[in-house]
Amino acid sequence: MECLIGIRGKDFVLLASDSVAGRSVVAMKKDHDKMFQLSSKLLMAVTGEGGDTVQFAEYIAKNIQLYRMRNGYDLSTKAAASFTRRNLADYLRSSTPYMVNLLIGGHDDNDGADLYYMDYLGSMVNLPFAVHGYGSFFTLSIMDRYYKEDMTKEQTLALLQRCIDEIHERFIVNLNSFKVKIIDKDGIHVLKDIRPTTKPPVEAEGTQQQQQLMDTA
Amino acid sequence: MTATYDRAITVFSPDGHLFQVEYAQEAVKKGSTAVGVRGNDIVVLGVEKKAVAKLQEDRTVRKIALLDDHVALAFAGLTADARILINRARIECQSHKLTVEDPVTLEYITRFIAQLKQKYTQSNGRRPFGLSTLIVGFDYDGTPHLYQTDPSGTHFEWMANAIGRSAKTVREFLEKHYTPELATSDKETIKLALKALLEVVQSGSKNMEVAVMKHKQPLKILETEEIDKLIQEIEQEKEEEAEKKKKQK
Repeated sequence: MECLIGIRGKDFVLLASDSVAGRSVVAMKKDHDKMFQLSSKLLMAVTGEGGDTVQFAEYIAKNIQLYRMRNGYDLSTKAAASFTRRNLADYLRSSTPYMVNLLIGGHDDNDGADLYYMDYLGSMVNLPFAVHGYGSFFTLSIMDRYYKEDMTKEQTLALLQRCIDEIHERFIVNLNSFKVKIIDKDGIHVLKDIRPTTKPPVEAEGTQQQQQLMDTA
Repeated sequence: MTATYDRAITVFSPDGHLFQVEYAQEAVKKGSTAVGVRGNDIVVLGVEKKAVAKLQEDRTVRKIALLDDHVALAFAGLTADARILINRARIECQSHKLTVEDPVTLEYITRFIAQLKQKYTQSNGRRPFGLSTLIVGFDYDGTPHLYQTDPSGTHFEWMANAIGRSAKTVREFLEKHYTPELATSDKETIKLALKALLEVVQSGSKNMEVAVMKHKQPLKILETEEIDKLIQEIEQEKEEEAEKKKKQK
């Protein structure tokens, strides 16, 4: 029932996660942050088995800090993602596999902004945009239609707003708030939570602007 | 196979000495000097950099190692042994944060290193670590600390201390010149560490490495220019003192 969204823009990565922490049919917490800071310019959003998510994320984060202490510099996004994937894959065929799906977004000086999509079976892929969860059924097509390379932050946020509006429109589970963070060359920035646009949008200007930003394809 | 590691190496002498530990302390006395000074808002570490051979690349392999964002370590003695200890300490710093969610306190990580050293004075087939360390940093609540460990596995807290070559001379110098008033000024604290190191390292900034740390700020390794400027000030002050004394006479 959880949703993670990642979008790569011009020299930055945007990660958004729904903020509902639920067990079976109960929503226990409505402002839960599912993203973990691995280093100053690396962010990991996790979803999956309760407990496994936090344990795995914290384990990876501390190992990445250890690398930094030992070697004097941060791991690149690619290396950190590979390390994470290696751990997932190794634990998969043990008696204690981690049931987690995750998105890793990061920025480094050599390769710029990168987004990696990983699932609990240990598969990994570098993507311009990625979604985990049922939300993917509704949002991937939106992204296919409106995503362009090298979008600005405003354009990317508008695209994200579109995705969240679609989830609100068609997904049976109410995910009415998303935590949003951006990673760029200056580090990790926390943006305001995003909610679905309330109808009716009498601010015709607003939607027009959105429309303009979207249809400059 | 295990029969080869049955014998203990560090054993008591008839008059109650652990000679292996004392020999390890001798190894420390041969290592290059390290100085540590604790101010009220700053901690300073200074080490003597031994001159490299002509054909050798001047690797900036620092004798000052970062254990965590808020803890730094300088050592005197066997460099290879130091690497092992530093690695174990770095792992422990992260492991502590993983289990307890809090960064280590200076006292905790010093105790960890000291206990590790002690273990090696009482294990089969192992020799003690041949180094002493000076550990500096700030606890989470902002209090600065300076600790020292030695090969026997004991640890003490100091306001200022030196280890390695000529440590006794340097420590006496520190005892003479350290005042609580001095500790209130960041600059004076750094200058005291420099003055103490200059007692041993006459050749100046190119054979020294100085690092400072303030609360919630990363470790800063001073540039050669900065050190030179401070040394100039120190020289000037010395001259002024000498002038005063002459005039008094």
